[in-house]
Amino acid sequence: MSNLPANLKYAASHEWVRSEADGTLTIGITDHAQEALGDVVFLELPEVGRKVAAGESCAVIESVKAASDIYAPVGGEIIANNGAAVDAPESVNADAYATWLFKIRPDDPAQLDTLLDAAGYSASIAE
Amino acid sequence: MNAPARLTPLHGQHLAAGARMVNFAGWEMPVNYGSQIAEHHAVRRRAGMFDVSHMLALDLSGAGATLFLRGLLANDVARLGQPGKALYSCMLNKNGGVIDDLIVYRLADDDYRLVVNAGTADKDLAWMRSRIAETGANVTLQGRRDLAMIAVQGPQARELFGAALPGLRDAMTPLATFSGARVGDTFIGRTGYTGEDGLELALPSTEAAAAWQALAAAGVAPCGLGARDTLRLEAGMNLYGQDMDENVSPLDAGLSWTVDLRDESRDFVGREALALKPATRRLLGLVLEAPGVLRAHMPVHTGDGDGETTSGSFSPTLEKAIAFARLPLAIQPGSQVSVDVRGKLLPARVVKPPFVRNGEALV
Repeated sequence: MSNLPANLKYAASHEWVRSEADGTLTIGITDHAQEALGDVVFLELPEVGRKVAAGESCAVIESVKAASDIYAPVGGEIIANNGAAVDAPESVNADAYATWLFKIRPDDPAQLDTLLDAAGYSASIAE
Repeated sequence: MNAPARLTPLHGQHLAAGARMVNFAGWEMPVNYGSQIAEHHAVRRRAGMFDVSHMLALDLSGAGATLFLRGLLANDVARLGQPGKALYSCMLNKNGGVIDDLIVYRLADDDYRLVVNAGTADKDLAWMRSRIAETGANVTLQGRRDLAMIAVQGPQARELFGAALPGLRDAMTPLATFSGARVGDTFIGRTGYTGEDGLELALPSTEAAAAWQALAAAGVAPCGLGARDTLRLEAGMNLYGQDMDENVSPLDAGLSWTVDLRDESRDFVGREALALKPATRRLLGLVLEAPGVLRAHMPVHTGDGDGETTSGSFSPTLEKAIAFARLPLAIQPGSQVSVDVRGKLLPARVVKPPFVRNGEALV
């Protein structure tokens, strides 16, 4: 059902992760997550320079319906956040994969292997 | 408690329209058909329709009906001089708590139609039957699960309703606000829960799908419970179970205006308790003056003591977070308060609801 690009990794907590050529990671929420949330009206993203642990709650997304935490898929340092998404939260609904939320420089690139591929995430949301 | 969800006669219409379905008070209901915000704007700007068949219509008739309702309800049905008029009221328990809030239409002299909430319908029927037994009232009470109900709301609701359902146009056109008319087994009320002009239609279940399709074809947008909630919140209308319940007095829930004390000889259930327990809180509106979203049960800090939000959301019309809050009596509209939003204290302005009426922002 859901749109799940094969070039991304996924966390069971509904974040997508894209590996960039420079070793950094770009993170957003999945199409499945935006659909479940409904109209997104507010984003609170982590400050640049913040250190986060894998699985740590580091951002908040709120729809008309509910508030939801966004978790750091891996540990590392926040190196960017998407101010344009904060100004236009509805862009998450319009295209969840084009609307990145923050970027992390991972402490340990091997942590990426702990994430799910598209098939694994698809199975996790089918449960 | 895990009985399968009940389905309204319009369930198939919702699935066909791609609705996202949720369980609400034991019923599988549409929460939205894509975008809750788009549905909200459709009602404010044009016309939208809601399946409200999960609510229960009750017919109460008999020589004792008026007397019985004057003892049952906190508002006074004696205000309903003309057949066709409607009244909003709370039904209280003996402690003055709210069993339910409802609309009562006077169809004829001793013939009334009540519409009650879905989640309280069984409890309401049991309470009314026990009151009939206790008072020996000469009435008959009948639940009308054979009816479906559709609310058509928005500035163009009446025009599009008339175009879609020409057989009902002549009965609908002359209706004044807060009144209704019966056409055979169909009932049209010029009432609603959105703060816009509009109609509520009750009709035999077997005719519901055709009416829904005709309204959709005329351009009325199907809207889910999500938009219904943000519309009623903007309109300053309470939601039973959230803004008041059996442990809350209507006087503490912003509903004093619905408690009619003018006839001192009228002894309605809860009157004595209300007289002994004056208001301790007031229900007012909040507009958040910082980014974020207000929700129910957030602590509110004021210079005169603490309060709590009872309903909250993002207002699509104002593009700000709004809420109802139960606040200390000393708090007036215009006061500044702070709300604990997920651990952060954010500034909010106190206002008198409604926030929006007939498409216009009022705060």
